[in-house]
This record gives sequence, structure tokens and C-alpha cells, in this order.
Amino acid sequence: MTLVKTAIGRRSFIKSSALVGGGLMLGFNWLASCKLNPEQVNSLPGEWFELNGYLKIADNGQVTIMSPNPEGGQNVKTAMPMIVAEELDIDWKDVIVEQAPLNTDLYSRQFIGGSQAIRTSWEGLRMAGATARHMLKAAAAEAWKVPIEEITTETGTLHHKSSKKSASFGEMASAAAQISVPEEVELKAIDDFKIIGTSKKNVDGHKIVTGKPLFGIDTQSEGMLTAMIVHPPAFGMKLKSVDDTAVKTMPGIQDVFTLNVLDDNYERQHFDTCTFLEVVAIVGHSTWEVMNAKKAISVEWEPFETYAEERKPYRGPKQKLMIPSGLENTSDHKAKMAEMGSKKAAIVRRDGKPETAFRNAAKIIERTYTAPFLAHNCMEPMNFFADVKGDSAQLSGPLQKAELTELAISARLGIPVEQIDIQLTRLGGGYGRRSYAHWALEAAVISQKMKAPVKLVYTREDDMTGGIYRPAYQVTYKAALDSSNNLTALHINAGGIPESPLYANRFPAGAVDHYLAESWKISTNITIGSFRAPRSNFMASAEQSFLDEVAESAGKDPIDFRLELLNRAAKNPVGEKNDYDADRYAGVLKLVKEKSNWGKKDPDIKRGVAAYFCHNSYAAQVVDMTWENDQPNIQKVTCAIDCGIVINPDAASNLCEGGIVDGIGNALYGELPFKDGSPQKRNFDTYHMIRMSESPKEIDVHFVKNNVDPTGLGEPTFPPIFAALANALYSATGKRFYNQPFINEMKALK
Amino acid sequence: MAKFNLNINGKTQEVEVDPSTPMLWVLRDHFKLLGTKYGCGIAQCGACTVHLGDDAVRSCQLPVSSVGDKDITTIEGLSEKGDHPVQQAWLEVDVPQCGYCQAGQIMTASALLEKNPNPSDEEIETAMNGNICRCGTYTRIKKAVKIAANSVNA
Repeated sequence: MTLVKTAIGRRSFIKSSALVGGGLMLGFNWLASCKLNPEQVNSLPGEWFELNGYLKIADNGQVTIMSPNPEGGQNVKTAMPMIVAEELDIDWKDVIVEQAPLNTDLYSRQFIGGSQAIRTSWEGLRMAGATARHMLKAAAAEAWKVPIEEITTETGTLHHKSSKKSASFGEMASAAAQISVPEEVELKAIDDFKIIGTSKKNVDGHKIVTGKPLFGIDTQSEGMLTAMIVHPPAFGMKLKSVDDTAVKTMPGIQDVFTLNVLDDNYERQHFDTCTFLEVVAIVGHSTWEVMNAKKAISVEWEPFETYAEERKPYRGPKQKLMIPSGLENTSDHKAKMAEMGSKKAAIVRRDGKPETAFRNAAKIIERTYTAPFLAHNCMEPMNFFADVKGDSAQLSGPLQKAELTELAISARLGIPVEQIDIQLTRLGGGYGRRSYAHWALEAAVISQKMKAPVKLVYTREDDMTGGIYRPAYQVTYKAALDSSNNLTALHINAGGIPESPLYANRFPAGAVDHYLAESWKISTNITIGSFRAPRSNFMASAEQSFLDEVAESAGKDPIDFRLELLNRAAKNPVGEKNDYDADRYAGVLKLVKEKSNWGKKDPDIKRGVAAYFCHNSYAAQVVDMTWENDQPNIQKVTCAIDCGIVINPDAASNLCEGGIVDGIGNALYGELPFKDGSPQKRNFDTYHMIRMSESPKEIDVHFVKNNVDPTGLGEPTFPPIFAALANALYSATGKRFYNQPFINEMKALK
Repeated sequence: MAKFNLNINGKTQEVEVDPSTPMLWVLRDHFKLLGTKYGCGIAQCGACTVHLGDDAVRSCQLPVSSVGDKDITTIEGLSEKGDHPVQQAWLEVDVPQCGYCQAGQIMTASALLEKNPNPSDEEIETAMNGNICRCGTYTRIKKAVKIAANSVNA
């Protein structure tokens, strides 16, 4: 057991509990959302008592747990309540989960991003459950006139051993709601966990398989209008003029107008990226009618001049960005990156004497890797619902950073945040894209103008050509080996459009005596945003492919070679800023080696390995493939991951499997090329998304078992798979793949 | 605008729309059957899959005027209680991540099993290849289809 102060950074449940200290009776509205079996009907809850902002207990023992963070497929809506239920000490079958709305008073960090949901909420969720359990115990102690220390709980029941008294949580809920919040509470010992670490089904599983309206795009409201936008066809273009005469009289069309997404004087924050400052809105009664008007409207565009944009980044002071004019091409991007990569750039980290080490090297290996812009392509296209009336706004939709979106909308509409209510709908995928909610601003502005509830929906083409892409990157790795095939120096030159992917303090930094990391960037008017494991998704692909090649050149097994370097980093690290734990890193490599039977050779199976650390978790993967009809056939991926304590193992495995499939898809097929500023892929007929037949036949996920507090899982399995795949492709074809997507160079093999 | 009498999930329903309107939008906008999803609008992703008679079709490319008196089944009408063998298998394997594509996946899988109760891996891949899952749940989808096939055959 651990005693923790309930006040540590957790205003949430303390504040809420204080508010409802009198025992709040809550309504029956939850009944509308679930079908009850006869057994449940017989034990319907009479009254609900809210013990804190995370949970309420009914007099029949049922417990409603609020899931604070939005759900986009990471399965937090099951995992987060599991943590609360664990510390409350109840039976999982008695739990009803509800999605919390945005509430910055009750909850903190209601974000999807950085694989941080469980990590940053771990303590708070445990305390929410433990605090309520303590209040139930205190209520029982008072009722039975015994010391609280003598009260124990067991799955929803309170016991006093010597007097043989017992009561259900439901029976004690009313009294517990009168108890003041304790100063400190006991947390369970990890070994006593009964719910955490056992697989629980997705709480929304039945709703999903029966097609219930869970997503933002499913939002319905009385009198709701449908809106779509028309944005410039190319980056570097802006609106010149609109001819809407033919459109305004089309069936069902209510209005056509232009709108500025942001006010000129608005101070932009990190996620306030807005691709097109001015767009045309078309508003009508039904989707098809608006789509037809969109096809018929005549809009003229013109190139814009270079302009400056100020933005406050996620960390650090305000930045001034120059947005260059021009209609950009992928071929120019490649040439510019090649040129920048051939020059000296800003030094980010330097250990030892790299120049000398390279001069004295017995062997030097130098390779350059590139990757293109990528579109997120969430299956649910960008959409948002807004009902703005006078000085208040009811909003609903799929948001990764609702708290920040609310601030932006408040500023744009001139409505205080207190008057804005945001419901968090399930996200039909996010992957970073829905952190940049310019479409939510657009919906709110349209609703304000129309004085009506409006659902804005992007077509697939609007979505794919609307910006916020994974940047294009390039990195050159140069390694020096001595005559004994030891890695003596490493030089990294990394850059991108418009950001550098470099993480200078990650492995192999710390494992090499002489190390130099340089960084550069090239400006663009193409907008970019976080994309599942930002920057890591490229750095892992290049670094782990390169290490494979260096290991081969040194005549070493690729896993042994990495373990050798990690051993060095653990025992005698170079530098002090290395941001990884070499032992945990080695741990996943050892586990994947064992689970994949790495040493066992099968001439028909071609293998590749890679490992990476990002978002506080360690992942290693082995790809097994056969090569058939000039195509890779991925037979199996074995994955080892160390993300600390695993809350919901089967769902966690599912998320890892998803990261692996997503990575293989993007590595093989993903690219968004540009011609004259215009994205050359607009829909799934040309943008190749991985499909079932191209996916691994089997994915085998293994978690390192430890008692470390849980860390991220949505992103860490994504970056290394690019390299594990590339290394397996090399085993299969004898060719190294340096440029993503690999499909282009695979075609050249034929 | 024209009136159409449509057989949807066992009920005849009338709608007055432009004859070119795809069934996807008739279902979603006019009948509020929101389980059928919009993904691409060009029959490339399968999120809008429904049954037309016994066939899995992409409702985004199915004009309302072409339906006639054929039966349309959506995810809401696949089973009364959400206990179709394919739905049960999906729950058993806990397939979904974001869940957006899953109604379309289930409609494609259930049409496949109706015609071929014992599909091989290759036949499953061929049938399911038109349905994109951006979250990458393909290995689980395949497993669930096999479980459903076994329960259909049991």
C-alpha cells in the first residue's frame, strides 16, 4: 500500500467533491443510452450519489465512471475507468462508463496526444477511486461506530471483521457522499490489482458493432443545417472571387458566403494551424444537395505573397514564421533537401572529436534516407457541430485538444469560454490530425452567421487536400568503424520541410564516443501537423535501417550489435543528456529475440529487426516475410514492448497491432506528392491505404512484465516497424530501401 | 425530386429526393440510419457498405433511383438484438479500435458468409480487400470472420 496526498496536482476530484458534499441525487438519463436485461431491471438504481468528478454510486451498487479523455481508438474509454474501478474496489460488471464532456474544472489534460493519457492520469485516476473508497469506509465506520482502520473492502462490499458487519457500497453511498474528502488516501499495492492487468472488452463494443451514432459526423439536432467548405486547390493560393449565382438557387441551398477562419489580430497557439485563411462556405439542408452545389460553384483563386505569421509554440517564446509564396513541387522539395543535406548545418549535439574519428576510421558508411509528406486520412472525415446562439455556443465533435479548441473558438466568436459547452464525440481516428481543429472554428463561424445549428462536413477530397501533413524529411547517417569493427563515430545530418526530425539525445547518442548531430529546415507554405509519433516515425525508420547496415558491415548480428551499443550506454554512457534507459531498451530487444526465435534460420523466411524508444515506451519488432511474385508477403510480426504496467492487455495488444499495420502501410505505400502546390492524391483511388491482403498474416505482441508506472502505447510501436520492414525487405531482395514509400523502388526491381 | 418507396431493414419507407441521391445520404440524412458511414464517396473504402438483396454494395455509389424494390439491409437491420454471428464474433475478438469502418466491415463479412459459409483465408482477403481499416485491425477482422464462419456452420 502507498499513502498519497490527495492534493498533489489534482484539483479535479477535490473541487468536485466539495461541490457535492451534500450528496447529489442524479437523474436517470443514463438509462436512455443502455438496454437493460431483466436482472438489471429488477435492481434498478433509485438514487445516484456523486462522490467526486469521476464517479457516482447508486443505491443498488452500480457505479458510473466518467472517462475524461476523448476516445479515438486507443481504448482509453475502457482503460481509464478500469483504473478508477480498481482503486474503488468494485466488480467491473457493475460499472457503467460515460464519456465526460470538456470540463477544465474537473479534469486535466483531456487530450489525445503524445501517448500520454494513461501516463499523466494514472495517479489522478487511482486517487479518484481510492478517495471514494476511503469515503465509503469512513461512512461505514461512523455508522457502525468502529475505527475506520478496522474496515476493509472487497469488490463492492464493506466489512467489519470483529462485529461481522457488512454493507454494500450502494447501501453506504448516501452517507459516503456526506464525508469530507480525506487529506490522504491509501492506494492499493500493485500485486493486489484485480482489474488492472486483466483483459476487459471495449465498453463501446456493442454500440460499434450495431452501428449506434457515436461519432461527430453522426450528430443530429432539430433544425440542423449541413455545411461544406471550398478551399483553395493548391498551397500558395488564396481566394480571389466567388460566383455563386448558379448555386444559391440550387435545391436545398440556404446560403453561400466566404469566411475568415481566424481574426487578423488573433494570437495563434501551437495547434492553431490553419491551412487556408479564407474559405467559401456552402450551407444547405442535406449533404447531397450541398455536395452538388460544391461541384457547381465557380471560384477563382490567385497566388498569395509571402507573409509573416506569429505563433506561440507548445514550449518556448513566440515565433515568427515566414510563409513563403509559390506553388511547390515534390521534385523541388527533393532537390532542396539534397542540397541542404550536403552542407554543414546547426550543431545540436557534439561528443568527442568526430572529425578526427572519421579521419582515423578503417571503414566509413554513409547513407541518406528520405520520406514524403503524408496525409492522416482518418476514416471519419473532418467534421464538427456548432450551435451558436447569441452569447453562447453548444459544440460537439471529434477533438484531440478540446481545451485549446475552446479557447480559439471563444476568441473567434467573442464568446467567453464559460458560455461554451463542448461534448466530446468518439473520433473516427485521429493520429494527430484532430489536434488542429480549424474546421471546428469554421463550423462555429458558420453557425454564428446562420443563427442555426450547423454540422460542417469535409468531403474526403477536402480532408486529404486540406493540409496538416506529416512533413517531408531527409537524414544522412555516417558511421566510422575501427579495424576491429567497433562503431567509433556517428554523424547525423537531419532536416525537413518545414521542420527537422532530429532527436539528438536519443540512442545511439550515449553509446558512441564521437558523435555529431546537425539539423536544418526548409520553409514551405504546405501546412504540417503531428502525425502518429511525430519525427520519431521518420528517425526510427532511418536510424534502425542504418544500424542494420552498419552491423552487417561489421559482420555482427543486428540484435547483438544493438545490445553491444546499449551495454556501452548503460555501463559507461557518453554525455549526460541521453534520454533513454539503456537497460529497458535492451530488455525489449532481448524479449523480441526470444519470442521470435531469432537464432532459428528458415531459408524461406526473410527477417528484419528494429527497436525504438519514444513516448516513454520501448518497442522492438521482428518482421518475417516471404517474397512472392515480386511482392512482400508478411507472414508474421513479433513485437516486444515495455510500457510499464499494462492496464488492459488484449486492448493494448490491439493498439500495438494497429501501430504495426499502420507503419507497414505508410512505409510501403504512403505518400502525398505535390505539383504546382496541388496535392496529387485526393481520395483512396490514388492514395494507397494498406488493405487486409497486404497486412501481416499474424502479429504476436509481448509485454515486458514490470511494476513501472504505465507509459504511452498509441505511438511507440509505429516508428520501428518501418525499419524492421526495410531490413526484412533487404533480406528478401538484397536491396536496401532508403526512400519511402518503398513501393516505388520495389517496382523498379521487377 | 421524385418519390421512392424503399424496403429498408424489413420496412417500406417513402422518401422524396433527387433521383441521383446516393443511398448513403438517403439512409443518413433522411432516415437517420447513421450506422452506415461516409468514408470516400467513390466506393474505395467500404465504410458505407450495405446489403442490396444478398449483395454487399457501396451505398455511396448507389443512386436511390436504381434500388427499385430490392431489399436494403443496413447495420441497424443486420440483427434485431445485435447478435448476428458476425457481430458476436467481432465482440469476442474485440476487433474495433476507433470503430468507424467496422459497420462496413461487418456488412461485407456477413454478405460473404451468406454466400460462402466456409471461406479460405484468400477468399476472406479478396472479399474484405475493399474495406479500409485505418487503425489496422485487419488481423482481428480476419480472425473474427473465421470465428463467425465456424459458428454459422456449427
